[in-house]
Amino acid sequence: MFANFDFDVIRRSLGYLFLDGMAFTLTLTGLSALGGIIFGTLIALMRLSGFKVLGRIAGLYVDFMRSLPLVLVIFWFYFLVPYVGQWLTGASRPISVGAFTSALVTFIMFEAAYFSEIMRAGIQSISKGQPAAANALGMTYAQTMRYVVLPQAFRNMLPVLLTQTIVLFQDTSLVYVLSMPDFLGAASKVAQRDGRLVEMYLFAAVVYFTISCAASFAVRRLQARISIVR
Amino acid sequence: MNYNWNWSIFFEPAPGGTGTYFHMLLSGLWLTIQTGIFAWIIALIFGSVIGVLRTLPSKTAYWIGFAWVEFFRNMPLLVQLFLWFFVLPELLPRSWGLWLKQMPNAPFYTAAIGIGLFMSARVAVQLGAGIASLPRGQKQAATALGLTTLQGYRYVLLPIAFRIIMPPLTSEFLNTIKNTAVAITIGLIELTGQARSMQEFSFQVFEAFTAATVMYLLINIVVVTGMRFLERSLAIPGYITGK
Repeated sequence: MFANFDFDVIRRSLGYLFLDGMAFTLTLTGLSALGGIIFGTLIALMRLSGFKVLGRIAGLYVDFMRSLPLVLVIFWFYFLVPYVGQWLTGASRPISVGAFTSALVTFIMFEAAYFSEIMRAGIQSISKGQPAAANALGMTYAQTMRYVVLPQAFRNMLPVLLTQTIVLFQDTSLVYVLSMPDFLGAASKVAQRDGRLVEMYLFAAVVYFTISCAASFAVRRLQARISIVR
Repeated sequence: MNYNWNWSIFFEPAPGGTGTYFHMLLSGLWLTIQTGIFAWIIALIFGSVIGVLRTLPSKTAYWIGFAWVEFFRNMPLLVQLFLWFFVLPELLPRSWGLWLKQMPNAPFYTAAIGIGLFMSARVAVQLGAGIASLPRGQKQAATALGLTTLQGYRYVLLPIAFRIIMPPLTSEFLNTIKNTAVAITIGLIELTGQARSMQEFSFQVFEAFTAATVMYLLINIVVVTGMRFLERSLAIPGYITGK
């Protein structure tokens, strides 16, 4: 069945696929997860702050982002970021941002909506006595969050946050629509240059599958290890 | 922001001679809905079978369910669509592959089936959890009444499990519709694709994407409202989703 196929094309392009493509994918995943979790935590805090207006704004943002397909959001930001950059810097024309920056902004803004729901559940899972005790000790709101609530919420939700990061890792493949050189983009470039679609796409599938499987297995083990704390 | 807004662009004729830009977007919307519903039917059928397999006592059934879910969950949807669209026809016998490649509407069927199978893994997980959440007495009562395993699932377990997982199923249905946008990579010109081509023809980027965004929001509102209605009429008193 595979007689006509040339699997050597994979070996020849390994360097490009991993050192360029996979490095792009992993950097994008890591930075987006970090930014998304920070921004998502802020949104969750806004929703739980008790200020009606703040909570409403945060809720609208989350609902809005979650109703749109990621592909559309990628296009939106790709065209929007140069104009926002112009507005922020006061330049006379839309500034050009690199493909990577544009993708990074997109994924942080998009994933923050999903991370914020996870962090909200995490914060709500902390018993009321904890912030009350922090309050009794004379801690300010910021101190209560920083030293009491968020560390516990973060720890409780770590497996879910990591699972969402695996989803994010798979979602970064969608930057293909802007022909960016992520792992899938690199594989696709080689595939089209050498006319080896079958080999390259099968290889890409195997790589994504292996990484995602290994990562979910690791998350499951981590969950088993940290869930006995209470 | 020095961007030339032109909201009347929607009423200007689009290249291609099939009507205005607004018609173009509407036809994209219609294709998105069609693909989403077709994919959702496939996801429900396969997801139900695999979800049930995951709860059967048989080891083989459990492993089939496990393998199915892991296979479809651990690859990006985009890669899966590429596998169905570019790789599958090459691996089949020559005449079958040729037939697949020459099929009219190939992107539509590939997208519906690919997204359907991708989502079936998620439906299976939800349904498996729904069945597992039922008290053990339900299954035992079904057995005590002399129902076979199949009858027990058909008349006792599934009707309750499906109602319990109604809220997560709603969001999976919405995910299915949103995921159809990924199919622009295999040439399906659905709503996002039409907005993109409108942007390329007219240069009115933000109008095109705003219209597509509003349409996606409308789909969401309609689906959420409809499902809430369905949930209420199917609710079982005494359960969380019931009154």
